[in-house]
Order: sequence, then structure tokens, then C-alpha cells
Amino acid sequence: MKNSLIIVGFFVLGILIGLYNLLPKIFIETDFSVYALYILMFLVGVGIGSDKKAWEVLKNAKLKIILVPLTVIIGTFFGVTIMSLFVDIGLRESLAIGAGFGYYSLSSIFITKISGEALGVVALISNISREISTLLLTPLLLRYFGKLAPIASGGATSMDTTLPIITKFAGKEYAIISVFSGIVLTILVPFLVIFILKF
Amino acid sequence: MAVGIILGFLLQNKVKIIKFVDPSINVAIYALLFLLGVSVGINETVINNLATLGVQALLLTFGGVMGSVVFAYFVHKIFFKTNE
Repeated sequence: MKNSLIIVGFFVLGILIGLYNLLPKIFIETDFSVYALYILMFLVGVGIGSDKKAWEVLKNAKLKIILVPLTVIIGTFFGVTIMSLFVDIGLRESLAIGAGFGYYSLSSIFITKISGEALGVVALISNISREISTLLLTPLLLRYFGKLAPIASGGATSMDTTLPIITKFAGKEYAIISVFSGIVLTILVPFLVIFILKF
Repeated sequence: MAVGIILGFLLQNKVKIIKFVDPSINVAIYALLFLLGVSVGINETVINNLATLGVQALLLTFGGVMGSVVFAYFVHKIFFKTNE
């Protein structure tokens, strides 16, 4: 949660600085964010590759555990497709926003780069609120939709930020499933977002 | 990113290097979201429509969350509950 606040803080600070034109022109004309994005992608790659625990969880998982992230992907796309009828955003873009699965930092950065600031902001708000609603609604989701529901709702965040609350309410035996689903979705986010927007 | 994954896999035991990765990712994310904020701030169309964009974002979140928990309900019922 602290980390989320810091991230939102940086975003808001950026908005204010942009609004009041406080940044030297060279900053706006040179697109530093592309380089920052390359560095980030590389680092995320190193992080995933070097995460021993993650590989361990992936290796020891039972086959049917794969159903969980798959369910999240299909369910999310299904719901987003329906909602895309009610918003002013195309199906492709709506799906890309949904494919953030709560991983708001990375997904909103990609969507901004490919589809512009407006959709980037939608992606950021939408995916942050996915994390927040999971944190707030876990007990409720559990009661009405079963023990996989908070893991599904958490999406990519079920491996870290929403893991404690999921484990607390669904039980320790669901922790592995939660971490597994979160890891798989986290790895897939950049690929899915780019794939959806580019093809 | 693929290069990073492979490199990370090869470096698994170099704990000192690995320790740098997580904080660096955070710094890169902070920087990028700051820059995203700046580009939003100088974009008048986005600023003027922030409320509308927010509502649409929440609608999409609602769709994504509801869709996935409904599917999760059935998958849990069919594949997972029997083991408890």
C-alpha cells in the first residue's frame, strides 16, 4: 500500500508540474520516457528471471492450478468486453486496459506509449482501482463467489500487494495458488497489452 | 525483457547484483509515472476530461472484476471444491 501511494504521488506531482509548465522545454521535447521504459523492461526481465521462489512455485504447481490465471484472463476479457459497450473506449483498447490485471504501473506506461495519455490515464485509474477493490472487497467476494474469487479479482497483484488479505480470508492453502496466478499474470501483462494493441 | 529474463536466470546466484534489481525497478517506475503525470498535465484534453475518464476506468474495472470472479466461482465449484 505504501508503494502504491508513492507511485500515485509521483504521478500527481508530474501532473502538477505539467499543468504549471514548471519543467524546462528540453524535458518535453526529448522523450526520456522511452529510455526509462527500455531500462524498466530490462530490469523487470532480470527480476523475473532471478526470482528463485517464483520458478520454484511454477515448477511445483499442480496442473490444474493453471486454470486459475486462465480463468482470470478469460473472465476479465469477458467482463471488459461487456463493459466496453457502455464506455467511450473501443473494444481493443478496453481489452488492453483489462489486460493490466491490476499491474497498473507497467500497463499504463505501455498503453500511454502506444495509445496516448488519455487511455494511459484510464488504464492507471482502472488498474489501481482493481487492486483497491480487491483489498476492500475480499471478504465479500469470498462469501458470494468462493475462495478463488479474491485471487481472480486481485489479478496480477495476488502475488504481492493483495496476497496478505487473500491468505487471511481464503486460508493458507490458497496462498500458493494466489502467488502462482499472480506471477503468471504479471509475466503476461506486458506481452498481452502489446499484443492486443498491436495486432 | 526477454534478454533480462535470461540474464536474470543466469545470475540467480549472484545475490549482490540481484539485490540492486528491485530498487532499480521501483526507481524506473517512479520516473515513468512521474513522466506520465507530466504528459497528462500538459495535455489539456486529458485534464479537462479527467472525470469522464475516471468513470470509464471504473466501469472497466467493474467489468474485469465481476467477469473474473464469476468465472472463478464456477472453476472453483467444478475443479477445486472436491478436494476440501
